[in-house]
Amino acid sequence: MNFEIPNFMLAMPEIFVLGMACFILILDLFLSERSRVVTYLLTQATLVGAFLLSLGLYSSARELTFSDSFVLDPMASVLKLAVYAAVFMVLLYSRRYLRERGMFRGEFFVLGLFGVLGMMVMISAHSLLTIYMGLELLSLSMYAMVAMQRDSRVAAEAAMKYFILGAMASAMLLYGMSMIYGVTGSLELGEVSAAVAGQGSQLILIFGLVFLMVGVAFKLGAVPFHMWVPDVYHGASTAVTLYISTAPKLAAFAMLMRLLVDGLGALQPQWHDILLLLAILSLGIGNVVAIAQTNIKRMLAYSGISHVGFLLLGVLSGSPEGYAAGMFYAIVYVLMGLGGFGMVILMSRAGFEADQLEDYKGLNERSPWFALMMMFLMFSMAGVPPFIGFWAKLSVLQAVVDANMVWLAAVAVLFSVIGAFYYLRLIKLMYFDGPLELSPFRPSPDVALLFSVNALAVLLIGLFPSSLMAICRQAMGL
Amino acid sequence: MIALSDYLTVAALLFGLSMAGIFINRKNVIILLMCIELMLLAVNINFVAFSHYLGDSAGQVFVFFILTVAAAEAAIGLAILVVLFRNRRSINVDDLDTLKG
Repeated sequence: MNFEIPNFMLAMPEIFVLGMACFILILDLFLSERSRVVTYLLTQATLVGAFLLSLGLYSSARELTFSDSFVLDPMASVLKLAVYAAVFMVLLYSRRYLRERGMFRGEFFVLGLFGVLGMMVMISAHSLLTIYMGLELLSLSMYAMVAMQRDSRVAAEAAMKYFILGAMASAMLLYGMSMIYGVTGSLELGEVSAAVAGQGSQLILIFGLVFLMVGVAFKLGAVPFHMWVPDVYHGASTAVTLYISTAPKLAAFAMLMRLLVDGLGALQPQWHDILLLLAILSLGIGNVVAIAQTNIKRMLAYSGISHVGFLLLGVLSGSPEGYAAGMFYAIVYVLMGLGGFGMVILMSRAGFEADQLEDYKGLNERSPWFALMMMFLMFSMAGVPPFIGFWAKLSVLQAVVDANMVWLAAVAVLFSVIGAFYYLRLIKLMYFDGPLELSPFRPSPDVALLFSVNALAVLLIGLFPSSLMAICRQAMGL
Repeated sequence: MIALSDYLTVAALLFGLSMAGIFINRKNVIILLMCIELMLLAVNINFVAFSHYLGDSAGQVFVFFILTVAAAEAAIGLAILVVLFRNRRSINVDDLDTLKG
């Protein structure tokens, strides 16, 4: 192992976020309860700063540094920008929510920033070691965030389940990594890829691959490793659910791409079959079980599982077009997921979580504007044109058809038709049922504005999807 | 001379044992935490054995990182356990059944 001075410039956003997270952690100790807003503002400023740094570093070249264990390519830049934007919106949404529940503390923001750092490391990882370190930094932050609501019975239970299952998945991932290291003799993905291409599909490589896939599928929340998703989304406070359900999906997508495409690209026939199974099961179980839910957070959790199925369809088609479609789907899902859980935050107030479906009954009579915005989001998730969700599904299906798997596209369409039922049911509750409470709906203005912008973005980007699609295609070198 | 396959067998046995521990154990959450530690240690044996037989030090470096992360993980796990016990006065695995559906 020879060491050279790494090019720190490429990792500037990571270094900046790390420095600021440590600074905010210390500063927060000296702040009184009333000036806690400084922590919040500094966290948001950090995200904006990291956004600008990453934007400045954007180039179409692919550069490696830190002994080839860190990569900065267009995919990394685009995903990182999306992560900053998503977390920025999460914090904007949750500010009032956290205040009302006495959770507006430095821990939430510092853990959130460390989670962002973990996601950035995962996205830019180019060796098994960096992937693992990024993943653990993200996971440990999220376990702690779920448990932050200390007096809640469900939050403690959700945190425990998440921790046990998450740690087990990490161990599986590591076991797979150790097998792959044993066969290829290197941790660096470029060398792994060359060694795998030279050796063909040995049994021990397949063995490692299977364990690796278990870990990745767990982090994505794909069936049959999805059991934590509904419990954690339900048990965690909505602000934490909003965080967990959005930006980490981008990082998990990046991890999938790095491991399978950059590292084990030569095993494509093998992982294709595994992904196929995961995707069909996710689409089926996610959409069907969501129908049976009465809790909107659980319903959105199962809907998220089915969206992961679609995302996997893009990756398994095995072409750069498919990867671009998968990435487009991941970004679109994050936008829709922000809106979906954002509306739970919008509806909630002190002492009222608004997490039951019947809390949305007759919303049209109480507030026609927000009922309309929620309808936009539900239509988009169901994949109705012209909303953005339609284009995301279309591009993924296009890639699947191009890979000569028309039957798979038909299965996916069938399940999304089944899935449309529970999105439409929510619209029916809002428009055709009488409200349970007649008091006028008065959301706080900042969340209301953000939610409207979010929902209108789903419509507007849906009307002009080509620029976002072009960014994703460019990121995959098309 | 102990062959590489012997190390791998021991690691696989430990890994399988800890996996069985997680699924069979229905009593105590602390045992789950112990099983998770054992899983990570099994992986460490794999890494060290491969690293030695390949003559490549990267695997042993990885082990140090895994040990550090395992320590952090145990700390967070125990912290969550304390929160859980305060809320429910029980750390029985069977009692973790409020969330379902």
